[in-house]
Amino acid sequence: MKRKLLAASSVACLMLCGAAFAADLTVGFSQIGSESGWRAAETTVTQQQAKERGIDLKFADAQQKQENQIKAVRGFIAQGVDAILIAPVVATGWDEVLTEAKDAEIPVILLDRQIDAPEDLYLTAVTSDQVYEGKVAGEWLVKEIGDQACKVVELQGTTGSSPAINRKKGFEEAIAAKSNITIARSQTGDFTRTKGKEVMESFIKAENGGKDICAVYAHNDDMAVGAIQAIKEAGLKPGTDIKVVSIDAVPDIFLAMAEGEANATVELTPNMAGPAFDVLEKFKADGTVPPKWIQTESKLFTQADDPKGVYESKKDLGY
Amino acid sequence: MTRLRQLYPQLLALGVVLLLIGLISPGFFSVTVQNGRLYGSLIDVGVRVAPVALLAVGMTLVIATKGIDLSVGAVMAITGAIAATLVADGHPVPVVLLVALSLGLVCGLWNGVLVAFLDIQPIIATLILMVAGRGIAQLITGGVILTFNDPAFSFLGSGAVMGVPTPILIWLAMGLVVGLLVRRTALGLLIEAVGINRRASMLVGVRARFLILATYAISGLCAAMAGMIVTADIHGADANNAGLWLELDAILAVVIGGTSLAGGRFSITASLIGALIIQSLNTGILISGWPPEFNLIVKAVVIVAILTLQSPAVAEELGVLRDLLRRKGAKP
Repeated sequence: MKRKLLAASSVACLMLCGAAFAADLTVGFSQIGSESGWRAAETTVTQQQAKERGIDLKFADAQQKQENQIKAVRGFIAQGVDAILIAPVVATGWDEVLTEAKDAEIPVILLDRQIDAPEDLYLTAVTSDQVYEGKVAGEWLVKEIGDQACKVVELQGTTGSSPAINRKKGFEEAIAAKSNITIARSQTGDFTRTKGKEVMESFIKAENGGKDICAVYAHNDDMAVGAIQAIKEAGLKPGTDIKVVSIDAVPDIFLAMAEGEANATVELTPNMAGPAFDVLEKFKADGTVPPKWIQTESKLFTQADDPKGVYESKKDLGY
Repeated sequence: MTRLRQLYPQLLALGVVLLLIGLISPGFFSVTVQNGRLYGSLIDVGVRVAPVALLAVGMTLVIATKGIDLSVGAVMAITGAIAATLVADGHPVPVVLLVALSLGLVCGLWNGVLVAFLDIQPIIATLILMVAGRGIAQLITGGVILTFNDPAFSFLGSGAVMGVPTPILIWLAMGLVVGLLVRRTALGLLIEAVGINRRASMLVGVRARFLILATYAISGLCAAMAGMIVTADIHGADANNAGLWLELDAILAVVIGGTSLAGGRFSITASLIGALIIQSLNTGILISGWPPEFNLIVKAVVIVAILTLQSPAVAEELGVLRDLLRRKGAKP
């Protein structure tokens, strides 16, 4: 299988390398739409990355519909672009249009989500590892707490959603070996500020006015921001009395960190296009076939990482 | 207003729900004063119920006219977005209140005109704004969560007057004002008349169109107030999530309150108790410590139980049973 792929790609390279080498690339990008602040930031960063590398980016907004994405991809094929980036809105139903792209010898790279399709239909997928994100958050807490007894409360994402399941799993793996850290309560805050605040209020009441809680782990920053308000209104100091660790690294959490009200966040980087362009350029230059999955960095930010500065650099990305 | 006797089923249901939660989490009823304000799970119920309670006030009147207002959640998002934008731009709170409430009124009037004057079915007429409203809200916020730092406006969500959190005062006041308005005047009776038989009421000279328009307008105003409370609470406007699905909770509150979706007899007090039942369940589940997978199941089971007990068939059976018991008791 692998050898076949190699052979196929070297054939492809023979035909393409000459034309594309060092020449300006034209890349089509089919984005899901503007469903969240993070996605807006992803779009902005992708455009910035393309500009820096002199890539001509053709952008198509699918408005959360797969049919629009398929139409956009067909459009890119007709225009004869050099590569196509897709942030797929759903996991299924891609086989046909990806086969068309393959027949036209246009490499396809998936951004931030995987799909259910044969692997030979796309070059690679650039995504984060959600289990690992939870793990990084958990490991930070383990290091921060040491051997003290620590009761953690967890604000889960929407029940049954894959980030909620995976981020919970990773965190639990990280603290599994430490018997002094336990998850006392875990409820869903639906990834929203309002629910995060409401759930945290009830946690505080249920755990002796919050005095028994040593840390809160939120599956996203928005819930953490809500929880911080709940902690403040209960007369406690977020970041000191109750430590706050969350995932995503949206700008607002850095403001809280600068105030000392949040402790750590794990970045879900909006820069999925950077690694994608890296492997694409290599592939075009000498036919290097990348692995089928490229994991983006899940970087940990703490109060020591100049939160004010990070906020300034992130606030205009469209979050 | 409503005679206490008529509220028996709702009060009983609320009592039972609260008692059950108290059994599961003993600390539920403890209320203390902290930082000069009331503090406790029971107070949380009162604060968190505010959006649904406000929506339920307006929704009760709309449903009494045989209508329904699906757009209230989206109207909350719109007014919240406008309020946050104005606050972030540094406008004083009275101006913000006035603009947001006017906008809510306009949204309500839009629904009212569609229903009362163009005779579009309420579920369709209000569906339009339900779908479009969230888009409008996102246009206002530019697709981001718009945050602000203004203690005066945040007071609406997290402040307190003489120890009582502001949201509690707001929904109580709104319920009282609208309740007095419809029950101390003939308005309530006329609304019921329109709901039971619009044609007949028009034939005897009731201005049905105007009344229907007015109920949707009040519903819009209530939604605007709810939207501002939610926005003030989290110091930001989240156009994607503010008021999401709350129209359904509001309708449920009205139904638990015993108002028929077929229009006619209504009780604002009963709807407010209905809203309290729903929120007690929510808060109770949160402090129970059960895994979140159970949230919706528990809520559904309890609500089905409450609605079953209120259903005419069961009520009749219970009545028969009571008579039997009474007769038995009379015999020595």
